[in-house]
Amino acid sequence: MSKSLTFGEIGVSIALIALAALSLLVAAKAYTPEYAFHAYLFAAASVGGVYAIVNRYGARAAQTPQTVDGKPNYNMGPVKFATIMSMFWGVAGFLVGLIVALQLAWPAFNFDLPWIQFGRLRPLHTSAVIFAFGGNALLATSFYVVQRTCHTRLAGDIAPWFVVLGYNFFIVIAGTGYLLGVTQGKEYAEPEWYSDLFLTVVWVVYFLVFLITVTKRKEPHIYVANWFYLAFIVTIAVLHLGNNATIPVSLFSPKSYIVWSGVQDAMFQWWYGHNAVGFFLTAGFLAMMYYFVPKRANRPVYSYRLSIIHFWTLIFLYIWAGPHHLHYTALPDWAQTLGMTFSVMLWMPSWGGMINGLMTLSGAWDKLRTDPVLRMLVVSVAFYGMSTFEGPLMSIKVVNSLSHYTDWTVGHVHSGALGWVGFVSFGAIYCLVPWLWNRPGLYSLKLVNWHFWVATLGIVLYITSMWVAGIMQGLMWRAYTALGFLEYSFIETVEAMHYFYVIRAMGGGLFVVGALIMVWNIYKTIVSSNVEAVPAGRSQLAAAE
Amino acid sequence: MAAQNTSLWSKHAIFEKNSIILVLGVLIVISFGGLVQIAPLFYLKSTIEKVEGMRPYTPLELAGRDIYVREGCYTCHSQMIRALKDEVERYGHYSLASESMYDRPFQWGSKRNGPDLARVGGKYSDDWQRAHLAAPRSVVPGSIMPNYAFLFNAELKVDRIAENMKVLQIEGVPYTDEQIANAAADARGQSNADDAGNSAFAKRWPTAVTRTVGATGKLTEADALVAYLQMLGTLVDFKVYDAKANLR
Repeated sequence: MSKSLTFGEIGVSIALIALAALSLLVAAKAYTPEYAFHAYLFAAASVGGVYAIVNRYGARAAQTPQTVDGKPNYNMGPVKFATIMSMFWGVAGFLVGLIVALQLAWPAFNFDLPWIQFGRLRPLHTSAVIFAFGGNALLATSFYVVQRTCHTRLAGDIAPWFVVLGYNFFIVIAGTGYLLGVTQGKEYAEPEWYSDLFLTVVWVVYFLVFLITVTKRKEPHIYVANWFYLAFIVTIAVLHLGNNATIPVSLFSPKSYIVWSGVQDAMFQWWYGHNAVGFFLTAGFLAMMYYFVPKRANRPVYSYRLSIIHFWTLIFLYIWAGPHHLHYTALPDWAQTLGMTFSVMLWMPSWGGMINGLMTLSGAWDKLRTDPVLRMLVVSVAFYGMSTFEGPLMSIKVVNSLSHYTDWTVGHVHSGALGWVGFVSFGAIYCLVPWLWNRPGLYSLKLVNWHFWVATLGIVLYITSMWVAGIMQGLMWRAYTALGFLEYSFIETVEAMHYFYVIRAMGGGLFVVGALIMVWNIYKTIVSSNVEAVPAGRSQLAAAE
Repeated sequence: MAAQNTSLWSKHAIFEKNSIILVLGVLIVISFGGLVQIAPLFYLKSTIEKVEGMRPYTPLELAGRDIYVREGCYTCHSQMIRALKDEVERYGHYSLASESMYDRPFQWGSKRNGPDLARVGGKYSDDWQRAHLAAPRSVVPGSIMPNYAFLFNAELKVDRIAENMKVLQIEGVPYTDEQIANAAADARGQSNADDAGNSAFAKRWPTAVTRTVGATGKLTEADALVAYLQMLGTLVDFKVYDAKANLR
């Protein structure tokens, strides 16, 4: 069969050439040097994309077979790329987190440089960890899981590569933008209009690749993990469009103004913000739990019916919880109460999911002694249970009146982010890498054990110091003297935080060390032929459904 | 679906066997919360009411606000005084929805590494604000705020403010065409009473206050930021504000 350019190759090349031309025009007329820099990056990436397509055309076979020897010809290239990027951004994001923690303890760490002031680094930290580390982990695992559980090759030829490369390019644009002061000033949605538009295109392609892969599945049922991945992809698209409805000042300006204002913008923001937690950091990672915990434990999911209840109640209730970020503000009371009520109810599906994950270990609890990867996965589910109990508690108005605006919130977020999202991703990556690179096992389970304990100690230091700091700060703000005056000035409450900020930075430092141990372990697994045996069950794991 | 199992659980197969139905199911289930909580906010009296005294930001204040957003001040400072006793005593009257009606984006914040700024306007002098921005620990020894000295070296680009105001006008902010056309001159005019454009500015913005910044002849980003900070929370006169008319 003769080789010819596919429709996709021609179409994407033309689109990229057009984007390169547009980018150069924008670069020439850009209002600010920062925006011109981004336009040049867009142009360079587009040209690079065309070059990669041409290069690949020269190297590839005439047609990619859907099956090889009767088995699906899985497309693992994009999965490998996203796995590596997840590790890379993870370390970068944790390091920036350590720096901002140090800045709060000692402001000298701002170094008087505009680009690395706390106000610019903090969004870089949150985005790098949530969207770059977490996002790549979601891309990698979703593309892996959907192929395995549907028993079919990933849909599209160029499309999966466009998704992983495009998503990471978006991260570069967003991240450099924060450092250069390009931001729309909405928490967890800081990227400006042009990054948002580009992400929208990437996300739609991601949705189509995932959905079409599910549609051409060879299994009669859609596996539960894929329900969660689909809900995550669809809902994030809706949230992204609603919260980023902006009008750019000009094609040549990086600046835009959001069409919502004041209280409406606040409600939109936390409808988005809380569901970035609910669907990005929860639904997506629950999908990971539903695949990797059963695989690693070599046990079926505990309860099918619980999965169904868990899924629908979780996605129905989460979307209402946003207003608990706006208690006692100018948002109407009824909306606050609705948000609180649904947040408390949300405790139930959350724990339903936790129970479903933990009880999957039934009959395999002994593996926790010998398999530190499984231990990491199980502890992540335990942290999920803890933060999803703490969350509803903090959403109760009287509790929130104390906790809001304090470091208690920061501690709560990190018990979820480090303990749940971090550990479940680490566990999934520890499982994935040997499978993807066809290694009999990880380079060293002992190092996984070290990673586990160092990181766990780090998390404990982090969340305990933030509990103390947050509750203390909240109590100091509302403390009155016997004569009825406010007891503390604001600056006294800031000064009281110092030692807790130091402890928090130490906890964060340990978490970074753990991640570096992991990077070394993964690196040695990929390059080295000197591998350690993994506990029994590995061969069955490889033959995943 | 011919061979029916009577159990309700088996009905769920429709979602497990049809990806499109699953996606539609998800879309329907997630739409309730947002619709119920967001849509009414565009119609309710307490969230769309205009309170006496509220006006859009002047060109200089708007430029300052854009710098506030750019520098991520919202990561440490809230602009939302909650209706709690200690907050009202520490910061002033609780914030009204109408007080952020021209805020795009809203900057209520979520964390107080520093104090709330919703009513910081007029609490300190312009000189104090400038000194504090340049080196916070020179006036507040225990502060952990970064030094923003670099804002004093950055000249404010006044020629683009009109274009920004134009977009806000499209989005519904009641700027007059005259205010937009004279944005650059008014930004300078507001910075200092000695500026040639000050009287024209005062005519176009009768309730805005002329600041004592920009005296060096060069209008800096710091000047704009101070102008913004100094008007925060000052527009509504709570001596005449009728809280009962704004029940929420």
